[in-house]
Amino acid sequence: MTTSVPDPSQKHQRREHGLMLALVSPALLVILLLIVLPVGWLAWQSVYHDGFTLENYRRILAEDVYWRSFALTFEISLSVTVLTLLLGYPVAYLANAVPRAWSIVILALVVLPFWTSVLVRAYAWLALLQRTGVINQLLRYLEVISEPLALVHNTFGTVVATVHILLPFMVLPLYATMQKIPNDLMQAGASLGANPALTFLRVFLPLSLPGVLAGSTMVFVLCLGFYITPELLGGGRTVMVSMLVSRNVELYNQFGAASAVAVVLLVSVLLIFFVVSRFISLDRVLGQK
Amino acid sequence: MTRLSPARIALYVICALVLVYLILPVVIIVPISFSSARFLTFPPPSLSLRWYQQYFANPAWMQATRVTLMLALLTVLIATPLGVAAAYAISQSKLRIMRLIHMALLLPLVVPIIITAVGIFFVYAWIGLVATMPGLVLANVMLGLPYVVISVLAGLQSFDPAQEMVARSLGMNRLRSFFAVTLPQIKSSVVAGGIFAFISAMDETIVALFISGGQYQPLTKRMFTALRDEIDPTIAAISTLMTAASFMLVLLASTRQKKSG
Repeated sequence: MTTSVPDPSQKHQRREHGLMLALVSPALLVILLLIVLPVGWLAWQSVYHDGFTLENYRRILAEDVYWRSFALTFEISLSVTVLTLLLGYPVAYLANAVPRAWSIVILALVVLPFWTSVLVRAYAWLALLQRTGVINQLLRYLEVISEPLALVHNTFGTVVATVHILLPFMVLPLYATMQKIPNDLMQAGASLGANPALTFLRVFLPLSLPGVLAGSTMVFVLCLGFYITPELLGGGRTVMVSMLVSRNVELYNQFGAASAVAVVLLVSVLLIFFVVSRFISLDRVLGQK
Repeated sequence: MTRLSPARIALYVICALVLVYLILPVVIIVPISFSSARFLTFPPPSLSLRWYQQYFANPAWMQATRVTLMLALLTVLIATPLGVAAAYAISQSKLRIMRLIHMALLLPLVVPIIITAVGIFFVYAWIGLVATMPGLVLANVMLGLPYVVISVLAGLQSFDPAQEMVARSLGMNRLRSFFAVTLPQIKSSVVAGGIFAFISAMDETIVALFISGGQYQPLTKRMFTALRDEIDPTIAAISTLMTAASFMLVLLASTRQKKSG
């Protein structure tokens, strides 16, 4: 008997839920159609070609081109991560240590390139690094070298430009973490007789590690999928995984192979995010906090 | 701390060098774009506007510019309302599934863009959206959505939903109370999110490489092709203009965000 009378508050709540789902559904539909479906398509295509087959994955393991490209991509990503950390940590540290007006200036300079198109920056690096480029001309003018150095169209040029693009992704989470380290702790360390270097090593550095992890994860993962920079600055020799995907589609029409490479890349990225999420909140990695 | 120790000086020097490294490539394109030389020479032998003239006189570049502006504008017009509606629902609803939906909306930031691009290419090839304007706009709406959602969610965090309750208890319906009470307070975050979506569409290259073609090729695709073939200072002129546009938009967005406090 009681069940036949609908509870007004429950009815209201159901309407509320319905409204909220209706509001979120157009955006969700766009995401489902334009990223979930396409990725699903790739996954399907990687194992299905006139019947199920693991041929595409076997080739990644067996053929030299593929796994050398994966090895190179991980190698480059690792060096880029280490370099951005080495360059980014002092900048974040300084931005955190100076008065507010100065830290705004430093952060503005860090974020400025962030809002410049990756394409524009690839062009700028070509202009700077090529044989007749600014750097080579300057070095020759200063008589440091007699022959122009091969600074671009190789792995070196790719790494220089990639580090440039990814540096802000390292500095910002580092700065955010350092800001939360209470100043008293450093003073306490000093008052207990530790010199600045020791206080830094024992107090500041360990407390900044979550920022290091957040920044490194983002840089490493973004670098794994880099395409424009290696394509334009790598000179065709630095074949990163993303280029393997695009070449298989555009040059060789090997859709199954391209899909399998894409799936392996995506699984690596998700795996890294999953492992890192055991240690720190993913919101932190994605720069939302 | 005020005394300059050697470690302190080293820190300053390293940071100065890193900042130069960050800024140099952004700045260097400006003198190149105003150079009269055919090839990259630095410093430029004399100043000229010839690369800007080449850009504005070339119908292919102009058509690409029109496509890019149209694309960015349509992307904002679609992504902003979708993103605002989604962010509002995520912040107000107590449904469990909203957490999952929130994460799904951030997927475009997590999935490597090359994978998204190739996947969309296959789907579009199947339904016939390759080399069309709607296809291009739709893909950029998807890529711009996270920026709107993140920005608006941040704005809603400092907004007290009780205010909207009050308006509704005074007889306003849900829609009116949203537009009269909530929206004016989060307006800055909405505008900032929209601007980021605009910049994202303006700079997007990789998806465009795969799915755009014919007369609907945005500026970035033409630039990429030009950079692969031959370096021409026209690119420097276009880059300078694009960078100036981006910076003005970011400045606009950040003053907006500051106003909202």
